[in-house]
Amino acid sequence: MTEDSKIAASFELDGKTIPFTEGQTIIQAAMAAGEYIPHLCFNPEFKPHGSCKICTVKADGRQTASCTSLAQPGMVVESDTPALNEERRALLQMLFVEGNHFCPSCEKSGNCQLQATAYELEMMSPHFDQFYPDRPLDASHHEYLLDLNRCILCSLCVRASRDVDAKNVFALAGRGIKTHLIVNAKSGRLADTDFSGDDKAAHVCPVGVIIKKRVGFSVPIGQRSFDEHPIGAAPHPDNRDD
Amino acid sequence: MTTLETAVNPENLRRVAIDPVSRVEGHGKVTILLDDKNRVHQVRLHIVEFRGFEKFIQGRPYWEVPVMVQRLCGICPVSHHLAASKALDAIVGARRLTPTAEKMRRLMHYGQILQSHALHFFHLCSPDLLFGFDSDLAKRNIMGVAEKHPETAQRGVLLRKFGQEVIRHTAGKRIHGTGAIPGGVNKSLSVLERDELLKDVYQMVAWSRDAVHLVKQMHHQNPELYNSFGAFRSNLMSMVGFDGGLDLYHGHLRGRDEGGTLLFDGVDYQNYTQLIEEEVKNWSYMKFPFLKSLGREKGWYRVGPLSRIQNCDFIPTPLAEIERREFMAYSGVMPMHAPLGYHWTRMIEMLHAAEMIKDLLHDDDILGNDLMASGERGFEGVGVIEAPRGTLIHHYRVDENDLVTMCNLIVSTTHNNQAMNEAVRRVAQQYLHGHELTEGLLNQIEVAVRAFDPCLSCATHALGKMPLQVEVLSEAGERLSSLTRSGDGCLSIAP
Repeated sequence: MTEDSKIAASFELDGKTIPFTEGQTIIQAAMAAGEYIPHLCFNPEFKPHGSCKICTVKADGRQTASCTSLAQPGMVVESDTPALNEERRALLQMLFVEGNHFCPSCEKSGNCQLQATAYELEMMSPHFDQFYPDRPLDASHHEYLLDLNRCILCSLCVRASRDVDAKNVFALAGRGIKTHLIVNAKSGRLADTDFSGDDKAAHVCPVGVIIKKRVGFSVPIGQRSFDEHPIGAAPHPDNRDD
Repeated sequence: MTTLETAVNPENLRRVAIDPVSRVEGHGKVTILLDDKNRVHQVRLHIVEFRGFEKFIQGRPYWEVPVMVQRLCGICPVSHHLAASKALDAIVGARRLTPTAEKMRRLMHYGQILQSHALHFFHLCSPDLLFGFDSDLAKRNIMGVAEKHPETAQRGVLLRKFGQEVIRHTAGKRIHGTGAIPGGVNKSLSVLERDELLKDVYQMVAWSRDAVHLVKQMHHQNPELYNSFGAFRSNLMSMVGFDGGLDLYHGHLRGRDEGGTLLFDGVDYQNYTQLIEEEVKNWSYMKFPFLKSLGREKGWYRVGPLSRIQNCDFIPTPLAEIERREFMAYSGVMPMHAPLGYHWTRMIEMLHAAEMIKDLLHDDDILGNDLMASGERGFEGVGVIEAPRGTLIHHYRVDENDLVTMCNLIVSTTHNNQAMNEAVRRVAQQYLHGHELTEGLLNQIEVAVRAFDPCLSCATHALGKMPLQVEVLSEAGERLSSLTRSGDGCLSIAP
């Protein structure tokens, strides 16, 4: 395929023409065109995981995760519709109540994709009963802290550690509602793994699980990632360090 | 101490409850036991809220604490934010902050003092003071003040707004900001922000001075009421600056007895546990602190503006110092103990806060970039600040993994617990004893509580084995069963 033919194909997203190249997923093409489709477990640097379902769109009348569905020529995709956003809000609400997300005292507030997406989708309350799971902190590592209360099981740290760092520090264990993040050490402590602050995995968490210690609230309100731009209009919605 | 805390024979007494006490921060109630001739046998101020901060802060990373604990309160979150930050400065080894950091924190604090004092005086108490304690209930509120005294009400709103703007520029938000962090601050002022505040600060100083004069005039017009209403003698305690002057941000602890004689001075607040002990009583969620050296019966004390203004040697801003001297001359050789004196001294402090804000806005250090200090890592820290309502103590221990293992908070209203109870008992004796109760008479009790500007939300921050009693009553009011949890956590069920 020539360069010209690569950009010849296009599909329609909420009435806008989105060009794409072969092999691009719907969300990749949309992002390349500057269009935002809400998402959490997707990060353009990593293979799609398709687990959070926040990026669900209606493609030619059929609902599908836009991070795993390839763009097709002439496809008609709906994303920003009241019905889809209502479903996304319900998914977000379930993520909020399954963990312990206390934004008022969370240092990730303002830099958190879960919070920013909830604002973007106008989630006004958790709606469902809180689970209040008992998830202790792992503060054993001298440089980083794991606050599993905030984990949304996006697996970005798993993918980064495995695919980029070649370390396999993180994994998802358990099944169904009991799925949880673990670290690769007999003790279960981050300090006993080969995790390092230089790892890619240390910088991909979209929420406040993998936290660099002793930084806290050093960035003032007004200068955090989503203070100036809501996530839908942010230059780097995935809040990448780099 | 009066003897009205517990009636000798409560069985046949009539119970009157003021529930909730209105125009205070948080939720509390007053219960009064009367006999058939309306004679008062027991008066208690109960704090009925249930919080849990000391417990659930345990296990959290220390740098989260200043932001988390300020959620104790929506009125004076800055006080908790700063007291926690001061305590945690010791954890990061910041023995001395950078000039920019210290001045930014002070600016935030004086903004807080200004807005909180304005809220209390204009919104909560001026209806009582301007209209009378037993005036028409329908008009005895801020809307009534706005209708009858529109300029006073407007000044109250704008003074509070200005204080909130100072907080916004220093902490990032008007309520629950993030400006102070262990070891310093996360921002300084921009020139734009400074100029925006400078534009209004002179008006705020002038209005604050007028507010002092308004309260002063009330005292002069009706000295009999203002000097005696709910009056009782007590020890007093506050933090004063290292030079003995009024300093609401930093210093050491000083206490006086009821006659004004020094009980202690120059006490390093890191050693507060050697000075103060807290007593638990089974009828209130709020503890009763007392000075260890004097014991439970005689060691209780009061804090807040009335203590601070009479405890310091001087106020380091000129207009407030003039007012302090006039107040001291008015009260005479002995300290003023009348609760309504709180209003006068509170307005003197508001004037001081406005003057301090003005001075700090003219100090170029608040525009600086050197925000953080650090040093040898510590594992325990105590932070004390003079919050709007009085001395606020935060105490933390942190382990080697940076997690909090212990938290103890003694908030301003808790220090005043016994004093507030004494005040309502005095008022009950003075005004209710032997009289048929009316709303106006019961408001006298609330006026006494309000004078202390209690923050009942802050005061009930503990979580643990709180004493609790649940009663199931029949329609006729007869007790069918009750469930009681005692102070040691034991449950008992009675049919």
